[in-house]
Amino acid sequence: MLLRHTTDKIQERKALVVNPAKTCQPIGAMYAALGIHRCLPHSHGSQGCCSYHRSTLTRHYREPIMAATSSFTEGSSVFGGQANLLESISNIFTVYDPDIIAVHTTCLSETIGDDIAQIIAKAQADGKIPEGKSVIHANTPSYVGSHVTGFANMVKNMVMYFSKSSDLKREQINIIPGWVEPADMREMKRLTTAMGIKTVLFPDTSDVLDAPQTGRHQFYPKGGVTIPQLQTSGDSKATISLGEFTSLPAAKALDAKCKVPFHSLDIPIGLTATDRFIQTLHDVTGAAVPDEITDERGKMVDIITDMQQYFYGKRVALAGDPDQLIPLTEFLVTLGMQPVYIVTGTPGKRFEERMSEILTDAVPDAKCKQAGDMFLLHQWIKQESVDLLIGNTYGKYIARDEDIPFIRFGFPILDRVGHSYLPNVGYAGGIRLLEKLLNAILDRQDSMSLEESFELVM
Amino acid sequence: MPTNRRLTPEEIKQNLLAAYPVKVARKRAKHIVINDPTPETMPEIGANVRTIPGIITQRGCTYAGCKGVVLGPTRDIVNITHGPIGCGFYSWLTRRNQTRPTSDDDDNYMTYCFSTDMSEENIVFGGEKRLKQAIQEAYDIFKPKAIGIFSTCPVGLIGDDVHAVAKEMKEKLGINIFGFSCEGYKGVSQSAGHHIANNQLFKHVIGTDDTPSDGKYRINLLGEYNIGGDSFEIERILSKCGIDLVATFSGNSNYDAFANSHMADLNVIMCHRSINYVAEMMETKYGIPWIKANFIGAKSTAKSLRKIAQYFEDQELIERVEQVIAEEMQEVDRVQGAAKARCMDKTAMLFVGGSRAHHYQDLFAEIGMKTVCAGYEFGHRDDYEGRRVLQSIKVDADSRSIEEIHVTQDPDKHNPRKTPEELESLQAKGVSFKDYQGLMIDMDENTLIIDDISHYEMEKLLDTYKPAVLCGGIKEKYAVQKMGIPCKQLHNYDYSGPYAGFKGAINFYTDIDQMVNTRIWKLITAPWQAHPELIATFAKEA
Repeated sequence: MLLRHTTDKIQERKALVVNPAKTCQPIGAMYAALGIHRCLPHSHGSQGCCSYHRSTLTRHYREPIMAATSSFTEGSSVFGGQANLLESISNIFTVYDPDIIAVHTTCLSETIGDDIAQIIAKAQADGKIPEGKSVIHANTPSYVGSHVTGFANMVKNMVMYFSKSSDLKREQINIIPGWVEPADMREMKRLTTAMGIKTVLFPDTSDVLDAPQTGRHQFYPKGGVTIPQLQTSGDSKATISLGEFTSLPAAKALDAKCKVPFHSLDIPIGLTATDRFIQTLHDVTGAAVPDEITDERGKMVDIITDMQQYFYGKRVALAGDPDQLIPLTEFLVTLGMQPVYIVTGTPGKRFEERMSEILTDAVPDAKCKQAGDMFLLHQWIKQESVDLLIGNTYGKYIARDEDIPFIRFGFPILDRVGHSYLPNVGYAGGIRLLEKLLNAILDRQDSMSLEESFELVM
Repeated sequence: MPTNRRLTPEEIKQNLLAAYPVKVARKRAKHIVINDPTPETMPEIGANVRTIPGIITQRGCTYAGCKGVVLGPTRDIVNITHGPIGCGFYSWLTRRNQTRPTSDDDDNYMTYCFSTDMSEENIVFGGEKRLKQAIQEAYDIFKPKAIGIFSTCPVGLIGDDVHAVAKEMKEKLGINIFGFSCEGYKGVSQSAGHHIANNQLFKHVIGTDDTPSDGKYRINLLGEYNIGGDSFEIERILSKCGIDLVATFSGNSNYDAFANSHMADLNVIMCHRSINYVAEMMETKYGIPWIKANFIGAKSTAKSLRKIAQYFEDQELIERVEQVIAEEMQEVDRVQGAAKARCMDKTAMLFVGGSRAHHYQDLFAEIGMKTVCAGYEFGHRDDYEGRRVLQSIKVDADSRSIEEIHVTQDPDKHNPRKTPEELESLQAKGVSFKDYQGLMIDMDENTLIIDDISHYEMEKLLDTYKPAVLCGGIKEKYAVQKMGIPCKQLHNYDYSGPYAGFKGAINFYTDIDQMVNTRIWKLITAPWQAHPELIATFAKEA
């Protein structure tokens, strides 16, 4: 057994996390910053942080993840990291020539209390930031929240640094997509384009972290939201904010700063969450929903009506991030499945509130935990097993030990491809999810059925 | 137009430095040397000094070297990361250390990640209470035989005394508990973490179990981490030769083997950088000599086996080793010949680790490939220039804070395995003790040696040399491949391996052959991009 020490006997733990379902803030900030065009993320701390974040993001995307570090030594930890950051800024602009450096902090620089805004101001005053270039930052202490929080903080500070309001409102809306894949951001843009809606989507990692093989390493790939686009976000008619944990802080900041009203929705994963997304786009802009999109919806519903018998009553365990798990769980309920165990490592009572709204009637016995870990999820599964496990790659150890079909979903996915290229959001993404769910369920039925009842047509 | 190949090494070096600010160029110049393999005239290389902030580096931190590299591969110690969640998460199963529990009941915690997941409250008020609680919970749930505690950056800053907590909990619970002050900001790279790990293993584990071990030829293997099953292959070969492995530091290892490792009669070092400290300390305290070996490359494997056999001065073993080598080399020669035919005269660049950039050159040479540039991520001068320069290495402020344990002969357990005369006679026969000659002596004159290479330098060098393959790590992998050049990861072997020993050599030949000769590299350009004039003509006609 791979996880041979896990038993069904649950003992209360107050201090020990075992097999986390979260990681730390800075990696989220690094991912978000990669969604700005010609941006070099910068990790202000020990070089190990930057190395770990780059490695994890690289394994997940199989793409170059370029980021720099302040390379703290013991001396900088005692005397503060100002000199390291100033030197970094100057070296980065000279050697790597980005348009923008997005600095995030680490537990080290947060604990010693480096004031990044002040250091950036000093860099500016010292002439270390070339004309037309920018340095922004987000505070991302690793001991608060999770990677999700770090993403949210960096996105919020894109607003704080760049969004401007003039008297002129633009015929455009902002979409803050939340922590989703490049393919998901691309899909959101395809949907709004199909509706004829002009958008500023930020951050946008499409064409950054799914760059083509061309025989040339483009240090700054063509994708990413541009600074001029970000600046105009203050003049947009509205903001659609997807995911309360990852996007809402930025949407609220934009409202406070530039009076751009926001609509807080779930990430459009599954049928009803996508319905709300499209309906809101229609309501906010008055744009008609083209037949193309209505037809896509119809196709998705068609698959569900055709195959509903296979979903019905299947018990599912899930681990992941709140903003994904909420609409995904809702989708499973739509399908008639039983999401019985749900764990996120990210702290936040709001997660359990939303889950209870979704599950109270459909799955009254469901167990749900924020600030939980995958050890607990495994113990629940040991107590009473499930038909399907959905989670990031670490779930495969549980899936193998317990012999449960497994669908990779979330971050990080270290052992398969596809997640960065094919969407999970929208109706097209929904069709992909349905295919994955059905393949997992039907493959299992094929492998487990008696020879006499082995089905050709299913 | 003159091609880049005609540039002299000095010109290439100057090109690498040209884009840097003056101060950076001055510092980096010391880390880029043009090789002269003659010891007397070998240039000095700048190494094991701090990385310049903002210059994108391959390096990681002390925690990674301690928890990730050295202690990571041991299966039955519960390793608790004391800090916010990230460090524990990132070092969870990501190094491909394989392990083989001896039975279903044998402990294996390597698939687990344990963390105190410190919150803001712990940073403000201290985390010792939480750490104690976490240790108690780990004990209550798992009942392990030992617990290690690994400090992350904020732990050192807020002043948590992990060693005091370890001592207290050790007394309370009656199992071995020990801490590592491996905060990420210490030292200049992973290397400091290796040293800290060595120290604590030596202080708290090695030599705590005096049970005499079986076997006639008892060795420890040091600095072999069982990436992709390397240790399994070495174990297979040693066992075939009749050589007994008491402990491996630390591939496929367990706590009890560490505790008993001072009962071995020879320490055989693979990765000099990460583990030489333990070898040195064991020699002083217990009288166990150490030799440098290398099981990467078929020839090197054979050479290392012969060296071990010679050490024991036993004809039976010497003959057995020769027999094993002859047997194993048959298949090696067959595959090597086939790969060589397709890889001959291609070039490689290696920028990785603290020994791999050296060892893997042997494997490339075996299939006719030449290494044109190489360098370590976290090596020291002795790993480049050889241990002969040890005395002349200046210890700077960043390294001075890493503890040097003062070791003396153990009055009861010191037992010189060889007399000074025996050692001298072996030395005369070519078994060199306490010696590592480094990478530069084995590389050609005028090759470029680059320490702690920056991303900028690496891309520039790829443009200049256009090698058939670059060996690096995960952070380099896809940037290199985007340039149309295959990148072989030598930390994780691209999820292949083993690469050690005879079977490992065969795997490596096959993998490199496949990698440099696969058709896809020739298909990167779309047909219409390859012949744009045809499209233009067509458009004009239309």
